[in-house]
Amino acid sequence: MKKTIKLLAVLFISTLVLTSCEDNHDHDHDADHEHEEVNILRYTLTNTNDTNNVVTFEFNDPDGEGGADGTKQVSGTLVANATYTGVLELLYNHDGTLESVSDEIKENDAEDHEVFYINSAGMTIDTTDVDANNNPLGFETNISVGATITGSLTIAIVHEGKKPNTGINDALSGGGTTDIEVVFNI
Amino acid sequence: MQKLFIFCALVCCVYATKAQDCNITFRGKITDFHNNSPIVGASVHIVNSNKYTTSNLKGEFNFNKLCASTITIEVKHIACETKQVIINLKKDTFKNITLEHHLEELNEVIVTSETKTERTSIENSLNKEVVLTYSDKSLGDALNTISGVSTLSTGNSIVKPIIHGLHSSRLLIVNNNVRMFDQEWGDEHAPNIDINSGGKISVIKGANTLKYGSDAIGGLILIKPKRFAIKDSIFGNALTSLNSNGLGGNVNSEIIKTYSSGFYGKLQTSYKRFGDFSAANYNLSNSGLESINASLQFGFNSYEKGFDAYYSFVSNEIGIIRAAHVGNVNDLVRAINSGEPSFVDGFSHSIDNPRQSIIHHLGKIEAYKRFRNAIKLSVQYDFQLNNRKEFDRRRASFRNIPAADFRLFTTSIQPNLEIKSFKDLEINTGFLLRYQQNSSADENETGISIPLIPDYERYEAGIYATSNVKLTNNFNVSAGFRYDFIRMNAEKKYKLFDWEENNYDVLFPEFTSNRIENFEIFTFPEFNFHNFSASLGLLKTFENDFEFIFNYGLASRTPNVAELFSDGLHHSASRIETGSLTLTKEVANKFIMSFNRNNENFGFSISPYFKHINGFIQLIPSNEALTTIRGAFVAWNYNQVDSRIFGIDIDMNKRISNSLNYQGGISILKGDNITDNIPLINMPATNFKNRITYTNKGFNNLSVSLTQRTILQQNRFPDYNFSVFNPIIQDNVLVDISSTPPTYSIFGVQTSAVFKAFKTGGLIVEFNVENIFDLAYREHLNRLRFFADEIGRNYNLKIKINY
Repeated sequence: MKKTIKLLAVLFISTLVLTSCEDNHDHDHDADHEHEEVNILRYTLTNTNDTNNVVTFEFNDPDGEGGADGTKQVSGTLVANATYTGVLELLYNHDGTLESVSDEIKENDAEDHEVFYINSAGMTIDTTDVDANNNPLGFETNISVGATITGSLTIAIVHEGKKPNTGINDALSGGGTTDIEVVFNI
Repeated sequence: MQKLFIFCALVCCVYATKAQDCNITFRGKITDFHNNSPIVGASVHIVNSNKYTTSNLKGEFNFNKLCASTITIEVKHIACETKQVIINLKKDTFKNITLEHHLEELNEVIVTSETKTERTSIENSLNKEVVLTYSDKSLGDALNTISGVSTLSTGNSIVKPIIHGLHSSRLLIVNNNVRMFDQEWGDEHAPNIDINSGGKISVIKGANTLKYGSDAIGGLILIKPKRFAIKDSIFGNALTSLNSNGLGGNVNSEIIKTYSSGFYGKLQTSYKRFGDFSAANYNLSNSGLESINASLQFGFNSYEKGFDAYYSFVSNEIGIIRAAHVGNVNDLVRAINSGEPSFVDGFSHSIDNPRQSIIHHLGKIEAYKRFRNAIKLSVQYDFQLNNRKEFDRRRASFRNIPAADFRLFTTSIQPNLEIKSFKDLEINTGFLLRYQQNSSADENETGISIPLIPDYERYEAGIYATSNVKLTNNFNVSAGFRYDFIRMNAEKKYKLFDWEENNYDVLFPEFTSNRIENFEIFTFPEFNFHNFSASLGLLKTFENDFEFIFNYGLASRTPNVAELFSDGLHHSASRIETGSLTLTKEVANKFIMSFNRNNENFGFSISPYFKHINGFIQLIPSNEALTTIRGAFVAWNYNQVDSRIFGIDIDMNKRISNSLNYQGGISILKGDNITDNIPLINMPATNFKNRITYTNKGFNNLSVSLTQRTILQQNRFPDYNFSVFNPIIQDNVLVDISSTPPTYSIFGVQTSAVFKAFKTGGLIVEFNVENIFDLAYREHLNRLRFFADEIGRNYNLKIKINY
């Protein structure tokens, strides 16, 4: 009787061990997967009167968060008193392939995101695109440049903020978090 | 014809009597199992016959003129277990029979002369009433009632115990003789233990009990299993608790069956569920939790041999307040400066992100056998499987994908030999073999490139010996030593830039694989550690229940997996934590004394302690923020300093009158980083508590208590504040992560009464009010103190039925 109990006990423990060991993480899974990280932010402005005048603000952090710091680059020249249309892209560069996170947000998650443009360089930036609730989204903008162009441009994206809102501080008041915050010096 | 018949009959008779050779003598000697002394006056009975005898002064007995057959003899003696022996009698036989003394048994508890783990240990236990009061709370909350024990919490449901300023990997939590490995290295990882599953819960603040490991720099927390009397019985209890704060509670039920043969079985289950808790002024949105637990214990218990098997299942789903989820450091500053949580919604029972989801399986089987000369050999095999998933508020595509998903498997085997053969000397020795493996979900599953903690394997082998000598009737000395060898292999990706910036390419070229993909280098770190530890304890007892205990301990702790390999963003804390491969082990010298008197009328305990820890590993914020595409984050790094912690715990209880009792206590602690000459981070502040209880045994055992607990503001803290530029307001802001909240006092009322229910059962009813003045306050050692207040008033009703 005692022997049977001992045997049963050993069996019971072994089954537990064996069944528990099943949950192994599959590491060499080579399926298509998305990334949460964004390592390229690109804001492209095209002059409404001269499509050859393209100004690009780009932040590029090839090794992602951590590692080396990202680099910022402004290419092209802003023409005083001109108007531009702007397109913001968020990309993840995975070994040469570019995944568009901004497309993913525009498709699935527009209601939970809003892009804010804060500038001290005398520009007026208005967002033109909206989400499904007709609230501003911000990946597409109209910009009018003032007479002088020096200062900084900050592009920030608030996730799950208050919509509609009176500005970024109001957006952040409802439990929103800043998911992107990049400062360009012009 | 008649003559022939008589002849046949005679022949038959002769033949028959010749077959029954009834001239056998059966002699024997009865001695005591442990020390071979003769047992006098034992009764010896041949079962199913009327032959009885007793053993003489030499323990000897004899039966004459027995017939050849198989007989069963039963040997009885007062204070010994009855023994039955089967003997096949063919000729004159001599047999040695041993009997063992057993101790008095009372109800469901076996009372032994030792209630402490070791005679010289400085140990505090939670009594049954405290465990009942905290049945619907966490283990950390219950332990907080012991002087010198504080808590490090992440919200009110994730509570880690701190003993004398030390926590996480510096505390050994032993659950049913199994050392817990449930990713305790994380500040926000509370122990996964159902407080209702064990028997007695003890905290050992001193140095001993090297049986469980060399790294108990802070101390040990033991959750001991219940032990049952050897008799036929079935009993159990059911308990339910309801709370106004959180609109939740728990249900716990257990049933125990014991047999007089020595077998026993116990089944226990509990379910706990709470919705959002509330602080005094607002709802703490997303602070709900759900906990499902079950445990099974069965075994066989006898003096000579036995086994115990235990399995427990713990499943916890814990919400973290949504207001604690921040983006970058500017969000954190906004939260600190606003004084109010950034997100408050109406009450809800649902548990959303951010949340933790943990499942913990624990199983053990332990067998023992006692030999002559008071030697007991026991062997234990155990295993644990811990799966922890942490969910964040992520983009829609990742909504229900955990940001962290770790599966930690640990298994070990440990034989122990207990030798009590020498007078007044007890020796315990044994060894341990352990294997541990962690598997982290990688980017295919989480969408995050480098997991916070890598895959690793850990092998451990240890050997120990402890001894206790009773020098005189009131002076005990114990000493012990332990050696552990630990080997750790990990597989980890580093950003190539970080690998080179930290100089790891020069320091650890043997770890690289030279495989570089996507700016990341694949590495295979390997470490070997040797840990020595030793302990010395003295116990001197005096008249009138006074006693003095001194403990010295030398303990070593290897860096844990978070300290070595941490890498990444903690979303709900707006910080980037980075480990360090150059960390070496911590070596601590601990001294603790206790002068106490255990007495119901007037008792006290005065316990000063001093610890010096060489190579103390700490996680501290750097004074610069790291800038990423998300903005700035505080960078926290692990470093090593020499530290010193000393303090005193004082407790007192006084019976004021027949129905009034007073208890009070104060704890003072001073922790310093002596390398940098600044206070240590996260040290508990001075705190004191008082309690007055009125009891009326005649009136349903009514008990009414008023409780008070005050935590002073911690004014000794390191200043790690710094400034960061906020581009939204175009100005610098101060990131004040160091300042501490003000002093606060919490008052409560606890009442209980006992009623009769069923024939043998009892019904206990408790009604408690916590934070009776609904105080809005913040606690320094709550990692979420930047975002919201602690919980407000709570009305609690508990009903427990014993049957």
